Amino acid sequence: MSATRRSPVLVANGQGFWGDSPLGPVRLVREGPLHYLTLDYLAEVTMSIMQKQKRRDPNTGYATDFIKMLDRVMPECMAKGIRIIANAGGVNPDACRRAAADVIRKRGLKGVRVGAIAGDDILADLPALIESGEEFRNLDTGEPLTKVLDRVECANVYIGAFPIAEALEKGAHVVVAGRCTDPALVGGPIVYEFGWGPNDVDKLAAATVAGHIVECGAQCTGGNFSQWREVKDMARIGYPIAECSPDGSFVITKHDGTGGLVDVRTVTSQLLYEMGDPKRYIGPDVVADFTTIRMEQAGKDRVRVTGVKGSPATDTYKVSIAYRNGWKAQGQLTIAGPDAVAKAKLCAEVVFDRLALDGVTFAESEKLVELVGSGVCHEGIVAAGDPTEVVLRIGVKSQDEKKVARFGYELAPLVTSGPPGVTGFAGGRPAPTEIIAYWPALISKRRVKTTVTVEEVAL
Amino acid sequence: MKVQLSTIAYARSGDKGDGSNVGIAAYTQEGYELLRRELTVERVKQHFAAIARGNVTRYEAPNLLALNFLLSDSLGGGGSESLKTDAQGKTHGIGLLRMELDVPSDLLPKLRGNG
Repeated sequence: MSATRRSPVLVANGQGFWGDSPLGPVRLVREGPLHYLTLDYLAEVTMSIMQKQKRRDPNTGYATDFIKMLDRVMPECMAKGIRIIANAGGVNPDACRRAAADVIRKRGLKGVRVGAIAGDDILADLPALIESGEEFRNLDTGEPLTKVLDRVECANVYIGAFPIAEALEKGAHVVVAGRCTDPALVGGPIVYEFGWGPNDVDKLAAATVAGHIVECGAQCTGGNFSQWREVKDMARIGYPIAECSPDGSFVITKHDGTGGLVDVRTVTSQLLYEMGDPKRYIGPDVVADFTTIRMEQAGKDRVRVTGVKGSPATDTYKVSIAYRNGWKAQGQLTIAGPDAVAKAKLCAEVVFDRLALDGVTFAESEKLVELVGSGVCHEGIVAAGDPTEVVLRIGVKSQDEKKVARFGYELAPLVTSGPPGVTGFAGGRPAPTEIIAYWPALISKRRVKTTVTVEEVAL
Repeated sequence: MKVQLSTIAYARSGDKGDGSNVGIAAYTQEGYELLRRELTVERVKQHFAAIARGNVTRYEAPNLLALNFLLSDSLGGGGSESLKTDAQGKTHGIGLLRMELDVPSDLLPKLRGNG
């Protein structure tokens, strides 16, 4: 089964994150040739959002957009032989698999096999794992997890390409994963198609690079590009396709006739995204050396990538742990000039003074005051000038939910009891939302066991 | 002459925990040599002084004509802990491109490339 059957293998990403445009996958499937459609729904923040949802309803906690997407593209994917791989399972892959099966059943599609990957969720095992010597020290602070263990909401291992390849080997048309790495979504099908093993480090490194380039959707095809004026037809921007060859080289491109731009600069831009040490891009399957990447323009909107080197994987997986860490609230008001900045600053002072009158105070590190329009994003880099209006964004955080709730009462009153020109109070009184903080850690690989289940959807 | 970095380079940034990374790439080899020489850790730290409260680390990727900077403690806590508008450092890249460098005017054509 693992022998090379076709080359190149066309692997696309149609969804760079949960909330990306539904047009991405729809147009990838419709507007040109494709073998695999990958969909990335998870970010560190996303996992914590899903965890909040799962606590309210145990049948949620996965990317519900994926189910809607499946409903829309699955008939065409089955007709064209396009297989779908998504980390839409979030913190509840089984619920996601059931929802996917429901949609396939509703559509009356025959012979569809759905695979789910389990084993990344280690939340229930944490006490036993800690008992057996895993400390889950925070990679940023060095502190052991025991410090926040009673507040942990979820703990998921970043798994790699091989379980996805196994699901494809078992005939899955749709693969639902939980917390796998984003590049693994692309690595899975390439590993499966070309029959690569754990020792093919350069090829696995190349697959990692290909996956990293396409994992954020249109961010490598002209989206978020410094030279944005050069990007044509942004509304119809093409989502990325990696044309992968058995030797590990690949071409990044997009469907003919779509908008956007693929050149060495747009691909380089994405390589730099979320980069740490370029010599050591550590993934679950391999350590890729980004300084070995060679790129060349190979036709219009085609960039060939070769030369990628890797070294053997480490003996640990990264773990994404989230824990409850207090409450926050924020709201906003628009303040029209003249003297917009001075009046907005006064408004912020008034809010915190009035709260103090009622016995509610916050430390400086628990307060946020931003005058959007006066140079917030590039504070200290550009001069503020005298904007004709500013948006006052004001927020607090605290371990005390009541204090955060009390804060929300002091925004709207500024419209009538503050300086003139205060408007734009929208969205109601800011309510406290729980902060789910992130705790990056490592776990020994020998403690993690993934399982792959592939089942045909019974009509 | 004073030249904004955006004339000779492009950039992308994103979050890394409670810090951000800023990757910047030159359009030409000469541009990369200039970035390597001028964009010291100290200078970048100074540029982001009001945003990044922690250390700045620099990496080189000559094959990409790029430098990568890690700005620690630049997101007001990062992730769901941050109250900031730019809690993920999405705008730090174009923020670096606003930096101005002194460049000999005869060198400029070699730095722009075709971009």
